[in-house]
Amino acid sequence: MAVDPALLTEGSPRRGALRSVSRFSWRRPGLKTLGQISAPVAAFVFVYVAALVALLVKGFWTTDSFTGKVVHAWNLDNFRTIADAPYPTIVFRTLGIAAAVTATCMVLAFPYAYFLVRIASPRLRLVLLVATVLPLWVSYLVRVYSWRLILNPDGALNWALNGLGLPDLNIAYTNWAMWLVFTYIWFPFMVLPVYAALERIPYSYVEASADLGGRGFTTFRRVILPLAIPGLAAGSIFTFSLTLGDYIAPSLVGGPGSSLIGTVVFDNLGLANNAPFAAAFATVPLGIMAVYLVLMKRLGAFESL
Amino acid sequence: METRGTRIGLWIWAVLVFLFLWIPLAIMAVYAFNSSNIQSWPIPGFTTKWFSEAWHDREVRDALWLSVRAGLFATAVALVLGSLAAFGLSRARFFGRDSVSFLFVLPIALPGIITGLALNSFFVLWGVSFSLWTIVIGHATFCVVVVYNNVIARLRRTSGSFFEASADLGATGFQTFRYVTLPVVGTALVAGGLLAFALSWDEIVVTYFTAGAQNTLPLLLFGFIRQGQNLPIVNAIALAVILVSAIPVYIAQRLTSDRGPGGG
Repeated sequence: MAVDPALLTEGSPRRGALRSVSRFSWRRPGLKTLGQISAPVAAFVFVYVAALVALLVKGFWTTDSFTGKVVHAWNLDNFRTIADAPYPTIVFRTLGIAAAVTATCMVLAFPYAYFLVRIASPRLRLVLLVATVLPLWVSYLVRVYSWRLILNPDGALNWALNGLGLPDLNIAYTNWAMWLVFTYIWFPFMVLPVYAALERIPYSYVEASADLGGRGFTTFRRVILPLAIPGLAAGSIFTFSLTLGDYIAPSLVGGPGSSLIGTVVFDNLGLANNAPFAAAFATVPLGIMAVYLVLMKRLGAFESL
Repeated sequence: METRGTRIGLWIWAVLVFLFLWIPLAIMAVYAFNSSNIQSWPIPGFTTKWFSEAWHDREVRDALWLSVRAGLFATAVALVLGSLAAFGLSRARFFGRDSVSFLFVLPIALPGIITGLALNSFFVLWGVSFSLWTIVIGHATFCVVVVYNNVIARLRRTSGSFFEASADLGATGFQTFRYVTLPVVGTALVAGGLLAFALSWDEIVVTYFTAGAQNTLPLLLFGFIRQGQNLPIVNAIALAVILVSAIPVYIAQRLTSDRGPGGG
């Protein structure tokens, strides 16, 4: 650090406005904190929290079907419509895909994270961790689009299958494609907390289990897996929440029967021009996530985030 | 402890997962050089013409410029608000502190569609017309937390006695900030800023709701892909977008790793 020594010479306390301010802030750390956080807190409360309130309020309004204008008349019609066909089916489809994606990510991530913690050398571990996280920062849209190219009937998937002498697999624009793409894009979110949870397990626990006669699988089932559950739960918060709110993947790789919660919100704001219903419907994932977060908190997910 | 069979199995698993993560991006990169208009695999030949075509496209230029401006302004807002929040909360202990930090994390904990639609409702309610600034506000909400996390992690690892020593030596709060705090958090700020830019640069879920009729680069790509238009240009831009977001993230990772400059 290049510090001008003249600034730090000893001497009688200097006077001046700057010094008064800094002495005051040193003596009153509470006021200093308040001064520092008031701007960001105010920005978040008056924009972000206010926006969430606006979203809720809008859900109670209606759209005049004739003029297409939003009418500020309070009623519960939008929330009642959520119970009408096809919306419950869409909610259950979204939940099903979110659950399938979460389970697949867990199955893929667990052995991978275990490999990183126990088998990989420190150097390989670092390389693979960076290689796992980097795609998260690479455009989400581009990653979804790359699968559209791969799953095309004359894309790389069928080219590879034909090369192996296998028949074509046409899953583009189906729910299978959405399951695959969601698994691909959210996978890194699952690896990181599972890796962190496994890394915290002291190796002596495994040795103790072996000393007590626990074989490989018993040790895995009774020692490693229970200690990894908070990590799996933390990862599932991301895979679940992100699937609930997505509309890009359904619109790029999903088919006609692939509407998700996100698609309904997206279409109602755009094409259908029914913003109040979009707002009301957006409270569905909000409610589901609130319940989900409470459940995962019980599994210790928040300590592993 | 693992048996030989388990070890081999885990190696194979790790290689397969690595391939699963990177083959789609590699294929995407190859498609950017596709000499044909038809998107089939394998590509018939290589060309770089789509890059120059994309670069000279008026719509692409406008979208690129909008994305860059939105990213820079959102990063600037995030740096100011995120570092203020981190300085304020790093050593403070007060009632409601956890709620305040939760407030900053909320935009990434909630599905993006909720943040987007909420801001959309807010702007419409107040009659704010969509502009560069509504995009910046949307991006800043989730960029603040990136800067905040980076700076607060650095401050937590820094002993409070540095700041006390500075005061003991007669420095004013501003001198302490200039000569002690800034050098300590400098690389964390740079890393946070780079990550915030990378996040803003390819964000689409929130942007769609706060952009109105404007097109950022990801929104333009989304429109092209959905309508099946200009796909060769889309492929070229996609590769460019990957590189532009990967490079800042790589630098940020180097800056915040423990062996990086100023780490500790």
